Amino acid sequence: MTYKPYGGHAILIEWPSKIDENILKDVILFKNKIVNKDIKVIVDIINTYNSLTIIYNTAIKKIYDEILTLKSIYKEPLLQKKDKNYHWTIPVCYDQNFGLDLEEISNRTKLSIDEIIKIHSSTIYTVYFIGFLPGFLYLGGLPKKLYFDRKSNPRLVVEKGSVGIGGSQTGIYPIQSAGGWNIIGKSPISFFDTKKNNPCFAKAGDTIKFSSIGLEEFRQIEDQSKIGNFRLEKKIAK
Amino acid sequence: MIKVLSSSFNSSIQDLGRFGYGDIGVPVSGAMDSYSAKLANHILGNNDVDAVLEITLNKSKLLFDNESIICITGADLSPKLNNKSIRLNSAINVRKDDILTFDKPIYGVRSYLAVKGGFQTEVVLNSRSFYKGITKASAIKKNDTLPIRMASSESAKSFSTVKINKRQFTTTDIEAYTGPEYELLNKKQREGLNNTLFTISKDNSRMGYRLEELIANTLKTMLTSAVLPGTVQLTPSGKLIVLMRDCQVTGGYPRVLQLSENAINKLAQKATKNTFRFKIAF
Repeated sequence: MTYKPYGGHAILIEWPSKIDENILKDVILFKNKIVNKDIKVIVDIINTYNSLTIIYNTAIKKIYDEILTLKSIYKEPLLQKKDKNYHWTIPVCYDQNFGLDLEEISNRTKLSIDEIIKIHSSTIYTVYFIGFLPGFLYLGGLPKKLYFDRKSNPRLVVEKGSVGIGGSQTGIYPIQSAGGWNIIGKSPISFFDTKKNNPCFAKAGDTIKFSSIGLEEFRQIEDQSKIGNFRLEKKIAK
Repeated sequence: MIKVLSSSFNSSIQDLGRFGYGDIGVPVSGAMDSYSAKLANHILGNNDVDAVLEITLNKSKLLFDNESIICITGADLSPKLNNKSIRLNSAINVRKDDILTFDKPIYGVRSYLAVKGGFQTEVVLNSRSFYKGITKASAIKKNDTLPIRMASSESAKSFSTVKINKRQFTTTDIEAYTGPEYELLNKKQREGLNNTLFTISKDNSRMGYRLEELIANTLKTMLTSAVLPGTVQLTPSGKLIVLMRDCQVTGGYPRVLQLSENAINKLAQKATKNTFRFKIAF
């Protein structure tokens, strides 16, 4: 692990550069230890695949003292019990009304549309971190068969809830956005709600699975979700 | 309250930003030139974190529905109250039915309008800063009403104008630290960053500024990691992007430089075709 200053207000901690569940666990554990310390000058802690960025509210005066403090926090045992991680089942409608690029993926991968849906919805994905857009989950675990290059011309509008594949990654657009991923379906649920205490239900270390639903069920869940009446299926993650 | 009679471009309510939600992907946002925003609040005796209106090279017209005390800082966009020029960096009394206009830019790009007590627009996730998808509005538009507190204008009589350093707006020196991936650059790339007079392209916004000049990019791709306002990314095409206040929280391009807080403020007062140099601190 390396510690270095990132500008005058932040410290970047990096693990080896790879996507790996053990690194993910260590990143989350370290983050929780820092959060538990409730250090007032730390205003944000951003975790990614292999890094933590600790952001301070003022310029860091003695950077090496700060780094030493962080290093000693890393070595401490986690005293408070950590938040449980959950396994979520996310409904997705893969109907071609929503799955705008299913046909192209099918043509180029020689997989039938049904096979694509089956592979995509039978895999368990790990939430590595949240970034890019509010509530956008970086998911690990897309089967190689479904790797598919980003579009050379990104769409100007990708609808909220769209499920896409970009290279070796899959994910859901939590809000309407421009986007270059290939769209294969749409989820009727909300991935980011500023009215909730916890605007994004998922967190790093959680796992998710997509479940294929039809158009009618999509409309029902969408209506329920709008009035806050839809409860996502969740269980304690293994 | 203030009624927006016209607004031709991006103007938005901003405070010092939205902290504590970076790990769920929420950008920091906040006044692009936080120095000027804070100054406006100071002059009025407001809190640093009170919300101000950020006006970006924008011909706009605002109608006051109640008495207030205001202060305009940052860029000089020829502010006038009822058609009479008013001073920047000074507390000004405003009466009901007064009309405030912004017009021709004299210097700078972003002007800040503070009102006594701060703008009272909605607070979402601990901040009033507009951001698409977080707050209902992402820019102010004609016929919007912006809630403000009533303030007796009497108390502003004795205020004088605060002298500001114009270099904050005119300097071409933009201070930067080396970024996390700077060490991966070769000598020629480092010299390019140090010696080039960079031009801001027309692709500049609250999210980021793309620069015209290229630095040959030979770096391997990296895993997505955190980025901050002021991070300078080197894209595969060799173009540099200076991320600004509304930037995403993560990105996958090498982070070659990191601007100081005041350098972000200075760059926020520049726009298309303006030039500058990075002054890199080692």
